[in-house]
Amino acid sequence: MADTINEIQDEIIDEFALLDGDQEMTNFYIMELGQKLPELEEEYKTEDNIIKGCQSKVWVVPVADGERLQFKADSNSAITKGLVSLLVRIFNDQKAQNILDADLYFIDKIGMNRFIGTQRSNGFAAMIKQIKLFALVQKDRIEATK
Amino acid sequence: MSDLSPQHTHTAMDPTLDVEAIRQQFPILHQEVNGKPLVYFDNAATTQKPQRVIDALTHYYQSDNANIHRGIHTLAERATSAFEETRKSLQSFLGAAEAEEVIFTKGTTDSINLVAHAYGRSFVNEGDEVIISAMEHHSNIVPWQILCEEKGATLKVIPVNEQGEIEVEEYRKLLSEKTRIVSVVYASNSLGTINPVEQIIELAHEKGAVVVLDGAQASAHLEVDVQKLNCDFYALSAHKMYGPTGVGALYGKRRLLEKMTPYQAGGEMISNVTFEKTTYNDIPYKFEAGTPNIADVVAFKQAIDFVQEVGKNHIHAYEQELLTYAHQELEKIEGLTIIGKAANKVSVVSFVIDDIFHFDLGQMLDARGVAIRTGHHCTQPLMDRYGIEGTARASFSVYNTKEEIDNMVEGIAKIVKMMRK
Repeated sequence: MADTINEIQDEIIDEFALLDGDQEMTNFYIMELGQKLPELEEEYKTEDNIIKGCQSKVWVVPVADGERLQFKADSNSAITKGLVSLLVRIFNDQKAQNILDADLYFIDKIGMNRFIGTQRSNGFAAMIKQIKLFALVQKDRIEATK
Repeated sequence: MSDLSPQHTHTAMDPTLDVEAIRQQFPILHQEVNGKPLVYFDNAATTQKPQRVIDALTHYYQSDNANIHRGIHTLAERATSAFEETRKSLQSFLGAAEAEEVIFTKGTTDSINLVAHAYGRSFVNEGDEVIISAMEHHSNIVPWQILCEEKGATLKVIPVNEQGEIEVEEYRKLLSEKTRIVSVVYASNSLGTINPVEQIIELAHEKGAVVVLDGAQASAHLEVDVQKLNCDFYALSAHKMYGPTGVGALYGKRRLLEKMTPYQAGGEMISNVTFEKTTYNDIPYKFEAGTPNIADVVAFKQAIDFVQEVGKNHIHAYEQELLTYAHQELEKIEGLTIIGKAANKVSVVSFVIDDIFHFDLGQMLDARGVAIRTGHHCTQPLMDRYGIEGTARASFSVYNTKEEIDNMVEGIAKIVKMMRK
């Protein structure tokens, strides 16, 4: 059984608390998280899979569409890749309805908007929106087959 | 233009330039960003303002504020005279023959749009040609594209070589009897290239075309003498030369300005209005519709005086020293490529680093208090020319120091090391 979305968010909040608000360390930590993200195969890196509204290129793809969703992601920016890896970590293996209902309080708690700035914050919001859209489509699909 | 070549670098710091004393005049520089002393290397985007510019803004609103050119009362008199003083300063700053040839605008973009509308609309026709270069800022591309589309004219583009220099021979080939306007940047905001504008102007004039210079980047760094250059129009922004934002100027030759119809209508630009017929005011007022940005124009004078008191020659020599040093230090970083290696450059250094996204580099340097620019710098066609999405760009001003460059280079080296481990 996967941890709940809130359990994972709380873990992330604890990890970031250790960085003590140091901007440089935070950047490096985010990049390290990104490096751990599994490689996204080239076939997924299409225009269709790019999240609109980001300065860098970000691909987010739902890869398994059962009861619980799975995601793959990549970016040409190491920091963005780290940011999207947080979302993959939170949303992987969660039910569509839970993704739709998720309140991502960790963003405020870790002070993300302060250290990533407005432009990246907008891009990050676009990634979340896209993931929720995938969840919505998946939920409709499951309900249609019932 | 021999004094602009990079060979002409001073080995020792210019003895007449006291950089510490200059820094003291810029209150914004003395602060910490993210817990580190601020290093401001985004001067090509906008420069910081000396105290005297800030004081002039405050003083204007505290004691002189009034609308200009109309009122008979004392404040109107003071405001008008301060406003017109800036015009005279700009006349001398640009080497214009008369103050009336200086029109206040919102900035370089507005100035170029003014020429495209007020000159282009009347003098460019179907089948005519407008020439720009491949290193233009979007503000010197789009107004001409719009004009050409409206008129059925053709926009031609002078190619740029690998070093980031205009290919003059290709330019010669593009010129023809159909060329009406040539509009090029004096100094490139993304590459730093100083273009051979005298030659460009001379060749254009041989074909009867007028030349517009985008002087946004050049004005704070290079001697500008519009009469010597013999350019027909010259556009600049105050905020890129230590002055306030939202203000700029267009220089134009009197005989051209007089032939042009107004750009915008209302307020100052009229002479007499009846419902049957309106007659227009004389230049420059014909092009200054509505209440202008009076306070910022007034404060702009302080920026011009600052530049002239420090001296363009001293500023240029010192900035060249910073540029040479930055090139030398940055090239020591493995995998770093400088984009734009023209023989003549203003103090702009653009670079890319293998496997590191420029936006990440910008964010990581910001964590160290170092402000650089990342992205396409509003020159997307130029980025396409080099097959890149963007660059990291450090641009220096007279208040920057070699120690600050060391700080940036050290930061980049650390980032590169962390990201490659």
